[in-house]
Amino acid sequence: MHNLKRQILAGPYLLWIAGFVLLPVGLILYYALTTTSGQFTVFNITSITASVHWKALVLSLELALLCTVFCLALSYPLAMVLNGMKGKKSSLVVFIFILPMWMNFMLRILAWKMLLSNHGVINTILDMLGLPGLDILNTPSAVVFCMVYDFLPFMVLPIYNAMSRIEKDVIEAARDLGAGGFTVFFKVILPLTMPGVVSGIIMVFVPALTSFAISDLLGGGKVLLIGNVIEQAFMQEYNWNLGSGLSLVLMVFVIASMALMNSHGEEGGTGIC
Amino acid sequence: MPAVLRKENNTMKKSLCLPILFLAAFAILSGCGAKDSPDTLTVLNYGKYLEPEVLEQFEEETGIKVEYEEYVTPENMYTKYRAGAIDYDLICTSDYMVEKLIQEGQVQELDFGNIPLSKNLDPVYFEFSKSFDPENKYSLPYFFGTVGILYNKEMVEESEVDSWSILWDEAYSGQIIMADSVRDSFMVPLKILGYSLNTTDEGELKEAQEMLIRQKPLVYSYLVDEAQDEMIAENAAMAVVYSGEAGYALEFNENLAFSVPKEGSNMWIDSWFVPKTAKHKENAEKFLDFLCREDISMMNFDYVYYATPNTKTKEALDPEIQESPTIFPPNEILENCEVLKPLDDISNTNLSILWKEIKAAD
Repeated sequence: MHNLKRQILAGPYLLWIAGFVLLPVGLILYYALTTTSGQFTVFNITSITASVHWKALVLSLELALLCTVFCLALSYPLAMVLNGMKGKKSSLVVFIFILPMWMNFMLRILAWKMLLSNHGVINTILDMLGLPGLDILNTPSAVVFCMVYDFLPFMVLPIYNAMSRIEKDVIEAARDLGAGGFTVFFKVILPLTMPGVVSGIIMVFVPALTSFAISDLLGGGKVLLIGNVIEQAFMQEYNWNLGSGLSLVLMVFVIASMALMNSHGEEGGTGIC
Repeated sequence: MPAVLRKENNTMKKSLCLPILFLAAFAILSGCGAKDSPDTLTVLNYGKYLEPEVLEQFEEETGIKVEYEEYVTPENMYTKYRAGAIDYDLICTSDYMVEKLIQEGQVQELDFGNIPLSKNLDPVYFEFSKSFDPENKYSLPYFFGTVGILYNKEMVEESEVDSWSILWDEAYSGQIIMADSVRDSFMVPLKILGYSLNTTDEGELKEAQEMLIRQKPLVYSYLVDEAQDEMIAENAAMAVVYSGEAGYALEFNENLAFSVPKEGSNMWIDSWFVPKTAKHKENAEKFLDFLCREDISMMNFDYVYYATPNTKTKEALDPEIQESPTIFPPNEILENCEVLKPLDDISNTNLSILWKEIKAAD
């Protein structure tokens, strides 16, 4: 009886999963493995090796990796600072970090476009101070910059979360046993925050790898990521088969990166993922 | 029950559960598009291409509720229409795309008896339309114009703007905006090389592509609808834009000017058509008649600022606007222009690969 009730409660969720996850993935699989006339083919998948597609995939991996490294480098020290703060102060700073996430991310990208443009706010100020202009809009740098800006909270929060759960006693015990600051950090704090770092990396790397809106808007149509190629296949070329084939390849990369990260982060507590 | 057994039992249940779930989910998803009522009209149009008040007034006067949707490029429109999720009643798009859809048998004949006010439109433009709708059976002209260079007089040497080749001048590196639309971007080098913009010759297209790749380091960005805003903000010196966009931009920044280069360009006509899937053809025709009405057409012109084929509207405009070569391209310019034709599937695929290679180039 109890069991049945639980199953009924899970019903809407299962329906959601079936309708909006499994069914679309099934359709993508079907399109990926057929031609426009419905015959079986693997061409849509192997076309990832076409030089344009491969180049776009490599660029996406590069930019996503860069973005993840920057996010990590910024977030870890920040999480430590946050963790060092007392009570209300730290929750205020965390709140400030989450605040931009309440706004639609497209709006924030468009705002950056205005800020960074040739006659935008930033360049006007630099110009007034007699400094050379910042010329990064419509380049890969602008794309990475905005990815870091957008995804930073996804890295900060899991790391901060993991860090704040470390008992003070553990650190004190290490100190008692004669460990110096470095040893405490590398032998105690770092290993205990690894699960947070891992989920942070996944939550930044995966959306960065698959993004296309940021590169479209801040890359000025000059930065072609694999996401843009897929979007173009669907929207411009009316070639859903190619788009699905490439999506499938991208999905493999996403799953592979998640599996890789999870295999490193299994020991210890769980992060957000 | 022992754990192992229970597990087996569960998987058996699941194997039954899953297909049922799929069916249920499918039913829910496909049920979404089922609503239909006679007093609606679903319209698909380019972005920023209709005064929103026109829709409100139409709804007030006729009681027909308009569902209005927008798209960016004709290729986007084709995808939206072909995806079939929405049954559009009326679509506005460019010449070559209208022709492609006519060829594919996707367009219904218009009943001009239901659009009496179409007599307001200058017959000259029905003549032009014959290039893609030979018997004027399927389409109603909406706006027309050319493609040219919108430039900033303070930043550009005016004597050079009479040729497309200024877009390859390294003096303007980082200040050039190209069109983020395959056919419009290829048009530029094809015209410099003296080829037709409807060429399907692989060698000629390749030559054009090489020019565009060579140009890429000089390009500030590839844009469609935002180009005019960037030019008004003086973020770039030159942009390849549609004449109407230029006319609009000139109103906001007096440093701007527009030129259709001497090598020739593309003349386009955007037209309305009723697709095969339309459920409310009568409402669509009512709407077309409404659009041809003098006051409505005027309201719409003030918003869109492209050349209107409506003679009544044109005559009512200030002589200054009527004579503006930017908004109403003079005949000697139009004679030097070509209308885009749809390409065959192989050439389309070829062109989109060439385009991707440009976008991926360093």
